[in-house]
Amino acid sequence: MGGMTATEKILAQASGRSKVVPGEIITADIDAAMLIHVMSDITFPAFEQIATRVWDPSSVVCVVEHCIPAHNVWAAETQRRQREFAKKHGLVLYDVGRSGICHQVMMEKGHALPGTVVVGTDSDSCTYGALGSFATGIGATEMAAVLAEGQLWFRVPPSVQVILRGPLSPGVVGKDAILHVIGQLGLDGALYEGVEFSGSAVEAMSLDSRMTLTNMVEMLGAKNGIIEPDEKTISYLQERTDRPLDIVRSDSDAHWERIIEFDVSKLDPQIAAPHSPTNVMSVREAAGTRIHQAFIGGCTNGRMEDLRTAAEIFRGRKVHPDARLIVIPASQQIYAQAMDEGILRVLLKAGGTICTPSCGPCVGIDKGVLASGEVCISSTNKNYRGRMGHPDSLIYLGSAGTVAASAVNGQITDPREFLQGGA
Amino acid sequence: MTCTTGRAWVYGDHLDTDEICPAEILLSTSDPAELARHAMAPIDPEFSTKVQPGDILVAGRNAGCGSSREQAPLALKSAGIAVVIAESFARVFYRNCITIGLPALRCPGIRAKVTNGDTLQVDVQTGRIRHLASGDALQAEALEEPALSIVLDGGLINHLLRKRGSPAAAAHGR
Repeated sequence: MGGMTATEKILAQASGRSKVVPGEIITADIDAAMLIHVMSDITFPAFEQIATRVWDPSSVVCVVEHCIPAHNVWAAETQRRQREFAKKHGLVLYDVGRSGICHQVMMEKGHALPGTVVVGTDSDSCTYGALGSFATGIGATEMAAVLAEGQLWFRVPPSVQVILRGPLSPGVVGKDAILHVIGQLGLDGALYEGVEFSGSAVEAMSLDSRMTLTNMVEMLGAKNGIIEPDEKTISYLQERTDRPLDIVRSDSDAHWERIIEFDVSKLDPQIAAPHSPTNVMSVREAAGTRIHQAFIGGCTNGRMEDLRTAAEIFRGRKVHPDARLIVIPASQQIYAQAMDEGILRVLLKAGGTICTPSCGPCVGIDKGVLASGEVCISSTNKNYRGRMGHPDSLIYLGSAGTVAASAVNGQITDPREFLQGGA
Repeated sequence: MTCTTGRAWVYGDHLDTDEICPAEILLSTSDPAELARHAMAPIDPEFSTKVQPGDILVAGRNAGCGSSREQAPLALKSAGIAVVIAESFARVFYRNCITIGLPALRCPGIRAKVTNGDTLQVDVQTGRIRHLASGDALQAEALEEPALSIVLDGGLINHLLRKRGSPAAAAHGR
C-alpha cells in the first residue's frame, strides 16, 4: 500500500479514515467556512429551511467585501443580511473598514491553517492552499449544508505535482510562473485534480507569490492547489494564530497522477491576452499594445510584494497621460502597511487612485468598470469577455510590475525596463 | 420518472459562467425569473426567448468554468433546461447543478453526435441518451451517490430535509 499526497492525507483525516484513494467519495468535516455577501440571498434562506443553529459559529467567517462600501441597494441589502445573520448566530464577522478581499482576510487573520479543510463561497478559495490547507470553492446552497452539518461530500481528487525549477530571474514573479503553467496546460489542464507545487522556484518564492500560484489553480480546473509549509509559512502563521499547526506533507511514495516539470529559471515576464487566461505569451510579444486602465489589486496580486514593486517602478515616474491607474490593497491590513511604508504616497503622487480593499474592477460591478473598446492591464486572474464591464472591452493579465510599467508608458511594457537589479 | 425529452442547445468548450450568467445580473438580482431572462445572453441572445421547458443543454469540455456562482445553473434551470450534458465539467458548476437538482451528465463524445436543435431523450438515472432522429444511443457516466440521490430528491436542501424526515421534503416525491 503506497503513501498518500498531502491533499489525500488531509481528506483522510477529515473523513476519519486511515487512507483515501482518488475517485473515492468521502464526507469530510469542515474546519473553516468563508461566506461572501454576494451569496446571502441563496445561502441564508437555504440554511433556514434545514436548521436553526450553526454547527460551530467560531469556524464560520463572514467577510463583507466584494463591493464595498455598498454601491447600490442590492449590495446594501445583501450586506445587511450578512451582518444580521452573523450577529444572530455569533459568527466571525469582518465588516467594512476591518475587512479586505475575503481570501486575504482568511489567511492574514489565521482562519486558514495547514492540514485543515477550508471551504468558501468563492471560486478563488483555493488560494489558502499556499499555507498547506485543503481549500476549495463551493456553491452557496452547499454552504447552507455546511453551516447546518459542518460536513460536505467530496470526490478525492487525483493529485498532480507541478515542479517549478528556478529560481526565477529578477523582475519575474509567481504570477509570471503560474501564467506560464496555465498557458502550457490549458483551462482544463488539471480538471478535478489536486495540484501540489514544489521545486526550487517555489521554495525561493515569497508567501505572497505562492498565494498567487494556488489562487490561479482554479484556471486549470483544479479542485485545490497546495504547497508544503516551510519556515516562511510557519512564521507567517505563528504571527496569526495560537492554534497548533498540523503540517501535512506528501509521502515520498505517494501516487501522482502526473508529475509536470517546468524550468522557469529563464522565464520572461508573462501576460495572458484576451479572452482567456490560457492565451499566454511573454510581455515582450504584447509590448506596445495601448492600454486605457491599469489595475493593481485583487486576490491574485494586491499584496505587499505587488505594491512594493509598483512603488519601485513609480518612484520618480508618472502614470501616462492617456492611461489611468487603479490600486486596491487586498486588505485593510495591507492598506495600512502600504501607508506606513510610504507606498501609497508614491502611487498617489504618480497619478494613481487608491480604492477601498475589495474585489474592485475584477468583478466589473462597482469600481473601474470598462467601456466598450477599452483595454485594461490587470494583476487579477480572469480575463473572460466582459468580465470587467462592456463585452467589447479587453483584459490583459500580468504581474503587478507589468501593470505598473504599462501604466507608465500607456502601453504594455516589460517591468524590467524600470526595475533596478530585480523586483 | 427519470426520463426527459427535449431539444438540444449546443455550445463549445470552456463555456464559462460569465457567458451563462453575466456578473452584472448576478450582482443586481437573485430572482430566478430575472436570471433566466439573461441566461446565455452574452453568447446567445436568442436563448432566453426560444428555450422551452425540458430542453437540454449540450456543451464541450470544461463546461461551466469561471466563477463558483450558483446563479449560473439556476439561470439555466429557471429558463427551462432539464439536463446539462457535457464532454466534461468544471467542478464547482457540476456541484452546483447537482445542488439545485439540475442533472449534469458527463458524456465524452456527445458534441460530435449532436447538432443544435436535435431532439434527445435522456434517462437521468442510468445516463442513457437517445438521439431521436438517428436512433443512435450514447451512454453518459451514471451519477454516483450522493449526487444521484440529491438530484432525484430535487436538490440538496430537499435531500437534507428528506434525510431529516421532514414532511415538506416527502411532498416533493421521488
